[in-house]
Amino acid sequence: MERQMEPEMETSTASSGDKVLSSISIKVLFFARARDLTGLSETPLVVPYGSTANYCLEALISKFPRLEEIHHCMVLALNEEYAAGSSTVKDNDELAIIPPISGG
Amino acid sequence: MEHKGPDGAAIRREIESLKATKADIESQISSLEARLRDMNLGTEAVSINGSCPLTSAVDVSLRHGLSPDMIHRYSRHLLLPSFGVEAQSNLLKASILVVGAGGLGSPALLYLASCGVGRLGIVDNDVVELNNMHRQIIHTEAYIGQPKVESAAEACRAVNSTIQIVKHKEALRTSNALKIMSQYDIVVDATDNAPSRYMISDCCVLLGKPLVSGAALGLEGQLTVYNYKGGPCYRCLFPTPPPTTACQRCSDSGVLGVVPGIIGCLQALEAIKIASSVGEPLSGRMLLFDALSARIRIVKIRGKSSECAACGETTRFTGEQFQNFDYEKFTQSPMVASPPKLNLLPQDSRISGIEYSKIVKDGEAHILVDVRPEHHFRIVSLPNSLNVPLSALENRVSEISLAMKEIEGQNGKGASLFVICRRGNDSQRAVQYLQKVGFTSAKDIVGGIEGWAGEVDPSFPAY
Repeated sequence: MERQMEPEMETSTASSGDKVLSSISIKVLFFARARDLTGLSETPLVVPYGSTANYCLEALISKFPRLEEIHHCMVLALNEEYAAGSSTVKDNDELAIIPPISGG
Repeated sequence: MEHKGPDGAAIRREIESLKATKADIESQISSLEARLRDMNLGTEAVSINGSCPLTSAVDVSLRHGLSPDMIHRYSRHLLLPSFGVEAQSNLLKASILVVGAGGLGSPALLYLASCGVGRLGIVDNDVVELNNMHRQIIHTEAYIGQPKVESAAEACRAVNSTIQIVKHKEALRTSNALKIMSQYDIVVDATDNAPSRYMISDCCVLLGKPLVSGAALGLEGQLTVYNYKGGPCYRCLFPTPPPTTACQRCSDSGVLGVVPGIIGCLQALEAIKIASSVGEPLSGRMLLFDALSARIRIVKIRGKSSECAACGETTRFTGEQFQNFDYEKFTQSPMVASPPKLNLLPQDSRISGIEYSKIVKDGEAHILVDVRPEHHFRIVSLPNSLNVPLSALENRVSEISLAMKEIEGQNGKGASLFVICRRGNDSQRAVQYLQKVGFTSAKDIVGGIEGWAGEVDPSFPAY
């Protein structure tokens, strides 16, 4: 079931194996211009359980405001597969931010 | 000098004259070769029903149509069980267009020529420059100043004189793209700018041609096959063009020469796979190459978008719409390599390089602020300039105030403030800011250090 959570709703929980998680941790990979804008090639990100890829993107933009530049021109990939903004991310997922390169 | 004999000038004259004769002979050879090829085509078109010449009398007895010379030339392909005579025959009948004979196009063209693509088209309207040589390996120093199309065609001919090479010495535009691209089976996008990428993709959609798209910048590369057997097109992935700030060019951001080389080789590989009907093309997937960490990732990308403005189910994108579409306006960036020249300041807030050189010569009290990034400043800079990169200007204004006070203290009167950058765009942005924060007499140097090298000091290094 897809649902988008607000960061304040940390009380909501769900079980993952034996643990009960209120938030999950993912790895974000930056490519091309996203690397220039953040100065990083990857970063960990903690988001509430049940967050969507879009929510993660918004969280990243508030962490790295310069990412706004490529907000509308990028490929989002979750665990090396195309992800719609509404896809739910899971603990330990890998989210890649891939803006196009034009040079040659 | 003691020794007698021709001086340097005489030797240079002789070299020039010999070069002219050489160019003349080469052009005669080319035209004779072209005539010969046309004759071969004319006599054999009937028997082989293909687009490229297959010579030799043995042809008739070999069902795959490969001549003894071809069998010898392509023997290592023929020995590959998964390639063999069938794939090679397909290649020899195929036609591929490479748009751009630069960093990506160089290796792509060389491999496509050497592997025996029947007809190979090259589109480019640039000339070879010294700062291309570190990555555009198809060109040699002898061709500096000459059209890339001529240089690339000659290099391809040198590795394989048996294929047909077609030179399109023009920039690809909406006015000629349909006509040029319709003559080929496969298109390889080896261009260097966003508007060309959208234009080529849209044109491939209209013509139903597969597109092998590669890109490289800095230390990263990307590769995808678009519009292949129902797969997505460039617009399906990127319906909204990137903002101009995100569209970086090798001439601004730099590129490690071998990076486009690797992507160009992979483009040749994908084009060969499609042309020979072998393997699984990189459609619906994107290859991301990261040179620094030595990583290649392949990411599954979205399928065709039903709402795509070019290939969507309900979209009716016509040739006429294509020809009237303004790709430079759509992406807000130019198709040509030359960077834009901004005009943000009134004339009295700008001075020329020559005017500035007089100020230096007359010893007038001033501060010169160079707003290029620090790694640019390290390449070369004007004497006594203060490096405050544009990105850090806001935080480092106090350094400029301090320097101004110091020089005013030394001279006991006011000092002028000048700003320079690489080409005269960022310096205008900097002056706008500096005037706003109180340096009302700040001026920028028109044309930047590129202009300085052009009009004041020709020995000043260009980069």
